[in-house]
Amino acid sequence: MTTTIHVLQPVSMGRRVKNRIVQGLVWLAFAIAVVPLVSVIWLVVTNGLKRFDLEFLTHSMRNIGPRDAGGGAYHAILGTLEQVGLATLISVPIGLLTAIYLVEYGSGGRLARSISFFVDVMTGIPSVVAGLFVLAFWVLILGLGYSGFAGAIALSILMLPTVVRSAEEMLRLVPNELREASYALGVPKWKTIMRVVLPTAFTGIITGVMLAIARVAGETAPLLLTVFITDSINSDPFDGPQMGLPLYVFDQAQRPNITATDRAWTGALTLILIVMLLNLVARLISWWRAPAKGR
Amino acid sequence: MAKQIEVSDLDAYYGSHKAIEGITMTIEPRSVTAFIGPSGCGKSTFLRTLNRMHEVIPGARVDGKILLEDQDLYGDDIDPVSVRRTVGMVFQRPNPFPTMSIFDNVAAGLRLNGRRSKSELEGIVESSLKDANLWNEVKDRLNKPGSGLSGGQQQRLCIARAIAVSPAVLLMDEPCSALDPISTLAIEDLISKLKNEYTIVIVTHNMQQAARVSDKTAFFNLAGQGQPGKLIEMDETSKIFTNPTQKATEDYITGRFG
Repeated sequence: MTTTIHVLQPVSMGRRVKNRIVQGLVWLAFAIAVVPLVSVIWLVVTNGLKRFDLEFLTHSMRNIGPRDAGGGAYHAILGTLEQVGLATLISVPIGLLTAIYLVEYGSGGRLARSISFFVDVMTGIPSVVAGLFVLAFWVLILGLGYSGFAGAIALSILMLPTVVRSAEEMLRLVPNELREASYALGVPKWKTIMRVVLPTAFTGIITGVMLAIARVAGETAPLLLTVFITDSINSDPFDGPQMGLPLYVFDQAQRPNITATDRAWTGALTLILIVMLLNLVARLISWWRAPAKGR
Repeated sequence: MAKQIEVSDLDAYYGSHKAIEGITMTIEPRSVTAFIGPSGCGKSTFLRTLNRMHEVIPGARVDGKILLEDQDLYGDDIDPVSVRRTVGMVFQRPNPFPTMSIFDNVAAGLRLNGRRSKSELEGIVESSLKDANLWNEVKDRLNKPGSGLSGGQQQRLCIARAIAVSPAVLLMDEPCSALDPISTLAIEDLISKLKNEYTIVIVTHNMQQAARVSDKTAFFNLAGQGQPGKLIEMDETSKIFTNPTQKATEDYITGRFG
């Protein structure tokens, strides 16, 4: 038997070099990924700030001539908030209940598997197809006309799979021990879900809903087909064409005048700010409800 | 009020796999009964059949009869939820509800089973925490989250939560396996105190613990891998540890197993 001599070696040159190279590549990849993000934000902020004033936030485009300066996006901001709000009201209850079924009741059954499959299929629906569906069904067949609500339906079709998937993942993360602890106290299953499982997963579910909202807030194609376009304020989402911020940007950017292009940039800036504000609110809610915080 | 449990010819399955077979035993009220045996012999499975927690696992089912005093736990018209209210359980790993404070954790069973007045809740929470020997350590921070306590404190919190709903029987599935010796001692003291009021059944891998805390001991074993676990013998703890009837029991408790 040969005796092995244990000598502790320094890190070899080859490994050091490899380490440096891979580190460099990771940083490079990160930098490349950040370039478009930063440049988009930079462009939108610098171009958008020109018209980001009180008039823009409080006035519509009614009676603003094609070459006039001034005007604003109040009607579009209002429309976006109403359409996205309605879409959230439709898709969050349905999505959350679907996720609860998939995790707590379905568990591998045939129905649960087919629901899972169709949720995956829905994830892949192009947004314009959702818009076409609502246009064909709601606007043309039922003859209910363009409205903010029709747009909300189209947006909720797009939100639903995101909400289901994220809520499902969060519910699966809740340790089974907590459910068992609750059952062992003689708590019925539905109450266990309501009072133990959902509060534990709450933060994650809110984050998922916010991501879904951020995703649909910028959708243009489905709104173009269902909400149409208007220059006036229409605060009733159930009747007549409305405006939305993405539509506003689309509409203004098409016009040849520099005044319109400026409004388009400011509209884009407003949209980004709204999404960021919603995210901030979600963070605050999660922080306020965080489980392991001494209150 | 403590109750007696009478099990006759009980089998439990996970899908088509039979985990335990033909178990018959009587568990006396106001006493501690310990289940010992090698891993995988079905002690925990059997424990979970005693409050119908076994059937929570998909595909799991039970054959046989368990009488709590004179009621069959598996009777056709018996609600498993009411069984679990009567037969409480403490788990291997402490599992306080992370979204709830210490107070809310103890009050959880009562709150989730119907409204109670605040003063009534406060009284029950205090007495449960006192029974669990935890009151002095947490009385100044009842509003802090339960997950901030140490492992041993969390386990006593779970015991307080289980006894707050005043069950007749308390099942404990290796309650000390995740704890240090000092916390283990605290919980063993607690078990000896609680047996004056409850029927206690404890699964343990620690034979010294079984010898210290229990009045009766049941030894479970399985014939081989994939075979169902069986009850080998059950007797006074002192007899099991000094003069067991079965050879397998003697081999196991003296460490000459397999």
